[in-house]
Amino acid sequence: MGSTITEKILARAAGRDEVHAGDIIEAKVDLALANDITAPLAIAEFEKAGFTKVFDPARIALVPDHFTPNKDIKAAGQAKKMREFARRHEIVNYFEVGRVGIEHVLLPDTGMVAPGDLVVGADSHTCTYGAVAAFSTGMGSTDFAAAMAWGHVWLRVPESIRFVYSGRPGAWVTGKDLILHTIGLIGVDGALYQAMEFSGEAIRTLSMDERFTMCNMAIEAGGKNGIVGFDEKTTQYLQARPEGSRARTAGRVFASDDDAEYARVLEIDASAVPLTVSKPHLPSNAAAAADLADVTIDQVVIGSCTNGRIADLRQAAAILRGKKVHANVRAIILPGTQQVCLDAIADGTMQALIEAGCAFSTPTCGACLGGHMGVLAEGERAVATTNRNFVGRMGHPGAEVYLASPYVAAASALAGHIATPEDVGAGKGGPR
Amino acid sequence: MIFEGTVHKYGRDVDTDVIIPARYLTTNDPAELAKHCMEDIDAEFVSTVQPGDIIVAHENFGCGSSREHAPVAIKASGISVVIASSFARIFYRNAINTGLPIVVCPAAASEAQAGDRLRVDLGAGTVENLTQSKEYDAEAFPPFMQELIDRGGLLKYVKAQLVERSRS
Repeated sequence: MGSTITEKILARAAGRDEVHAGDIIEAKVDLALANDITAPLAIAEFEKAGFTKVFDPARIALVPDHFTPNKDIKAAGQAKKMREFARRHEIVNYFEVGRVGIEHVLLPDTGMVAPGDLVVGADSHTCTYGAVAAFSTGMGSTDFAAAMAWGHVWLRVPESIRFVYSGRPGAWVTGKDLILHTIGLIGVDGALYQAMEFSGEAIRTLSMDERFTMCNMAIEAGGKNGIVGFDEKTTQYLQARPEGSRARTAGRVFASDDDAEYARVLEIDASAVPLTVSKPHLPSNAAAAADLADVTIDQVVIGSCTNGRIADLRQAAAILRGKKVHANVRAIILPGTQQVCLDAIADGTMQALIEAGCAFSTPTCGACLGGHMGVLAEGERAVATTNRNFVGRMGHPGAEVYLASPYVAAASALAGHIATPEDVGAGKGGPR
Repeated sequence: MIFEGTVHKYGRDVDTDVIIPARYLTTNDPAELAKHCMEDIDAEFVSTVQPGDIIVAHENFGCGSSREHAPVAIKASGISVVIASSFARIFYRNAINTGLPIVVCPAAASEAQAGDRLRVDLGAGTVENLTQSKEYDAEAFPPFMQELIDRGGLLKYVKAQLVERSRS
């Protein structure tokens, strides 16, 4: 019997010839990360347990991205605990405000993740890095504390679901539409405890940015990790990382065997996937954007760890350039990193967005989780390119969040209601 | 361990954002977090919960964010044990790691009603609905999880591993 890519990476990390779904393993960690919400709790547990030393100061990333720049005095106190810990333990990859970005955009973009790596993070969207053919999964603070001390983690090897996307995505359809549609098909626990392996000709046509978006949302189906096999686009992405970085030097390429065992194989015709929006209050509540034109909105958020990469901002700018955000709408851009900001300046993306009437934030998770930079009031409604639309997620529990792609979010910002690019006169286009 | 308490009943897909909204994640203090436990799904919870009470929910309890503050808040609110048809995987790990007792028991979870009195025997792996006079067998923990629990939790286990490594 063959192995899946997930099983092969975990076997390597566990130092075994092979592992199979259901095995409990102790595996070596290539990178462990936490943020300003999860790290303070982890630090408290680490110290309470009497640990005095981290396993490797170069393999830990501490990323203050959620409530930074500090949103209030208590958040400032939490960020301070993390900063002091980072200094005390000489954590190499601590990113101060001004250099920090949203963790799941920042870490792969700075070359800290290589194919075949095992990454654990005290943040549920750690599953993002499957886009570079790594195994990555989210955990809690105590698990992160243990990983910091031990350099290992215990894992149950997950079964895999293979998603095969055939055909070519239609006009304006992106990886975000594919993943929202997929979660709509299988539900928010449709991949509970399992690996989501994305494959098929449609996946090959997706940009790396879109693959990050798809893997990022594996957790919204309950998945342990999302993963895309290595190809020419992966190589190109990795080669563009900083010289000497892990991404350039440490990769180990694995691929699923033809006779690998899957819990389930799901075939999806990508050419039939509509521009998709997930309605409140679950990411699985998927609907066609075209059917939601009567939903008026107060706010649009474009960015986050799901869609805060430069390609996402360019997609938004393609719709908004030369036009004006609707009078009743606040459009907020949450870029993934400082580099994304610089790229957006260099090619005029930022100017187009600001001229259209968007507010351009510094990189932060901010509004996605109702922290700051765009909290919703009772009864308000937003279209967001983020990942969750739970009750209270973006502010008041009486607010509503509709999840969408940057194209649909930008079109909705112009229209003042949920809209497609064609609704706002953009004709037929898209990323391909 | 045996717990007896009154049921607070919820549906499926109870996410960690409603268990403890992100706007309160500027502290790790269990007592502070407990003041806002379940706030966005059940505004009455904090004023009605009694020490020993039991949360019962359907599938996928604790989905979404990895915030460990969620099981911490539940435990500090006085809840003795959470029974669900299934748990989201990060919450499951976090509950074990923070010492919040959890029980997977779909039959008990689907039949229990808000206000029922339940008796949970973790050692025997049974859930008894005293109000409805019914008894259920809970799913046992996988052996490795049981070992972690028996050895006093993950961080104690890791300490032992590190001591062993330094000896060899």
